[in-house]
Amino acid sequence: MGIQDMELLAIGVVVILFMAVLKQFGILEPISSFEDSSDSDLEMSTVRHQPEGLDQLQAQTKFTRKELQSLYRGFKNECPSGLVDEETFKSIYSQFFPQGDASTYAHFLFNAFDLDRNGSIRFEDFVIGLSVLLRGSVTEKLNWAFNLYDINKDGCITKEEMLAIMKSIYDMMGRYTYPCVRDEAPSEHVDKFFQKMDRNRDGVVTIEEFIETCQKDENIMNSMQLFENVI
Amino acid sequence: MAAGVATWLPFARAAAVGWLPLAKKTMPKPPVDNSSRSDEILYVNVSGVRFQTWKNTLDRYPDTLLGSSEKEFFFNEETQEYFFDRDPEMFRHILNFYRTGKLHYPRYECIQAFDEELAFYGIVPEIIGDCCMEEYRDRKKENQERLAEDSEANEGTDAPLPPDSTSRERLWRAFENPHTSTMALVFYYVTGFFIAVSVIANVVETVPCRPPKGSVKDLPCGEKYQLAFFCMDTACVLIFTFEYLMRLFAAPSRCKFMRSVMSVIDVVAIMPYYIGLVMPENEDVSGAFVTLRVFRVFRIFKFSRHSQGLRILGYTLKSCASELGFLLFSLTMAIIIFATVMFYAEKGTKGSTFTSIPASFWYTIVTMTTLGYGDMVPNTIAGKIFGSICSLSGVLVIALPVPVIVSNFSRIYHQNQRADKMRAQQKVRLARIRMAKKGTTNAFLQYKEDRGLGDRDSDSTALCVKNRSAFEHQHHHLLHCLEKTTNHEFTDEGTYSELCMTDSVGFRTSRSTSLSSHQGAQNNSTGCCPRRARRRAAIRLANSTVSVSRGSVQELDTLHLKTTSIPAQTRSSLNAQGVNLKLNCGEQDFSAAIISIPTPPANTPDESLPPSPVPIPGILRNTRATTFTHETVKISSL
Repeated sequence: MGIQDMELLAIGVVVILFMAVLKQFGILEPISSFEDSSDSDLEMSTVRHQPEGLDQLQAQTKFTRKELQSLYRGFKNECPSGLVDEETFKSIYSQFFPQGDASTYAHFLFNAFDLDRNGSIRFEDFVIGLSVLLRGSVTEKLNWAFNLYDINKDGCITKEEMLAIMKSIYDMMGRYTYPCVRDEAPSEHVDKFFQKMDRNRDGVVTIEEFIETCQKDENIMNSMQLFENVI
Repeated sequence: MAAGVATWLPFARAAAVGWLPLAKKTMPKPPVDNSSRSDEILYVNVSGVRFQTWKNTLDRYPDTLLGSSEKEFFFNEETQEYFFDRDPEMFRHILNFYRTGKLHYPRYECIQAFDEELAFYGIVPEIIGDCCMEEYRDRKKENQERLAEDSEANEGTDAPLPPDSTSRERLWRAFENPHTSTMALVFYYVTGFFIAVSVIANVVETVPCRPPKGSVKDLPCGEKYQLAFFCMDTACVLIFTFEYLMRLFAAPSRCKFMRSVMSVIDVVAIMPYYIGLVMPENEDVSGAFVTLRVFRVFRIFKFSRHSQGLRILGYTLKSCASELGFLLFSLTMAIIIFATVMFYAEKGTKGSTFTSIPASFWYTIVTMTTLGYGDMVPNTIAGKIFGSICSLSGVLVIALPVPVIVSNFSRIYHQNQRADKMRAQQKVRLARIRMAKKGTTNAFLQYKEDRGLGDRDSDSTALCVKNRSAFEHQHHHLLHCLEKTTNHEFTDEGTYSELCMTDSVGFRTSRSTSLSSHQGAQNNSTGCCPRRARRRAAIRLANSTVSVSRGSVQELDTLHLKTTSIPAQTRSSLNAQGVNLKLNCGEQDFSAAIISIPTPPANTPDESLPPSPVPIPGILRNTRATTFTHETVKISSL
């Protein structure tokens, strides 16, 4: 480099330093504050949600007052803001299945609970879902399960949707299983499921086919009573 | 698992309904849960402060005291609450842990108190939240360092040596702690003096002295008085070599000693001399030899054995190694950058001193450390601008790690001060313990006297014992039981050492036998008796009842000795710290003593009992020697 270039470079460095110093003194603020202001507004507002009254919830669900109180206390303790977002939900659910990866299944579960699809579960969603699962009739439970499997909520379960669900369930098992989970296991399971459920062999399972088949299956009907005493 | 997980478990189980239609096999039965489902409020009374919480809150952590059935042990039926006789302030934090799932460490609390509370409630300290974890860790480390220092101060240095230590151990002790004996102190000062002499000689021999007659040039003193300096050097090296060899001989672990820093310094300090002796007067080699003489200056590091401060400095530098490393690294980076820039900035000017980038290194270092010799100066404007930026940044880069190093030094220095204070405190503490021990002994002897009297006159007994608490009564009764078990009696120091003195005939010990020795009469007594045992074994075979009954020893198992003499020592362990106990002579002495005596066992059992003077059979000596003899008396007669 010649002397001229170096001098230009030196002058450039000096100018940059000068601007840095000016910025420190706040003289350059009008230029820089423009980008920052919109972000800071969002930060300020705290998102908080209050649930509906105890009486409405009692009407909507089959829990007793005391049970609702107990549930809410636990819920509020974990999520003081009153909302559960997907990440928190995934981390909570993953703690129960440390050997495998529960995040995909948790995602589907989140969508099943989040009835108004706004990206977070409120206490009402939580408690309504629990009410169905624990105190609902068999048909309601089956409905809920169907809703879980139907990822795009279009009223029918396709092979791809079922495969995704099945894969996520097998993912929760993790690597160290006996016998080892083979790669074809989820799809085989899906095929068996469709064989059982898809009556008219049209490649999708509708809600009626699903409920009908389940009601005919002894095992499924018996197992529906299993989790009644959880709360 | 974390706190909230327990709360969400019912939810996860409920969501398992989603697997039911897909299940390949039948589901297992759920666990039967008979506990009451409804949540209730529990009352926890901690030293009068009442806390209330939901049962579910406590159940979140089932492996802690409050979360498990262990708390039932603390349930008070009358008040229907759980009562804990612990610190209510700390309990607040414990309960908050259950409530929020995060354990916080209060900064104003003592770390040990906090740890104890955690241990009581069954909570692992690892779950302290991130917000408080660092503080907790720092305080804990500080505390541990402090305790380690205390125990070091306790066990090592000032405690008197066991009397049977070999000369090697004593020598090592003398080297490590010069103030234990006068010889060691003398040696310490002599070596210090010679180190100083050696260093001064090294310095002075390069000073120019007046030239001898007939020469114009100034000679360094080293060459003028070559013989004198050589003699001085030889003397010093001889002393250092002697010291090094003695240390090597005395070291408990020679390999470890040879690898230690001080030993390396010693070797480096004396090697040049020997190499110089051995090396021939070769021109080429003597150049290298001159370089070796530089290493003689390392003798000054030998002073670090004598100076606490030097050791602290060395230790500080070692502990700040990472900060120093960072300093060096950042300086190197900055030097390279600025040197390059300066070189290219000054490249064009005629007669520029910045001939190459490495040459610019010198300028950069001098500028960054704000030395500014002025031998290299930029001439162009660009060079001047970059030069000024260089000096400004130099100040910053160097100033950054310095406070860390300073604070480390300060911390270590204060720790050392504290160690000295601890040692002083320790002496006071030991004195107090001795007083307490004496007090207990006296109280017990008083109790026995009263009982002895009381057998004849019950009234006076009642009067005498009235002033003692129930605790003391029970304690004394316990000691009495022990006496009856071993068939020996407790005595106090005074009586014991009297008897110790009277029994010894023609024995001398190098230690002071005065009762007021600061090491405690106990140590003295242990000092004297093992020697007596040895001497008796070796010399006195006749006359004393002790030696007569010794013959029957041969019938006894050494095992017997071990088991019966242990309770004899427990009485001292009741009050004193374990240190004093270990001062008793080893069993090896005994077996040696036993084996060396060939007296026939025939009539000893009968003779042994009566001839013993009245007080002796009952009095317990604190050493094994005499206990041993009386044990033989008793046991063999059984």
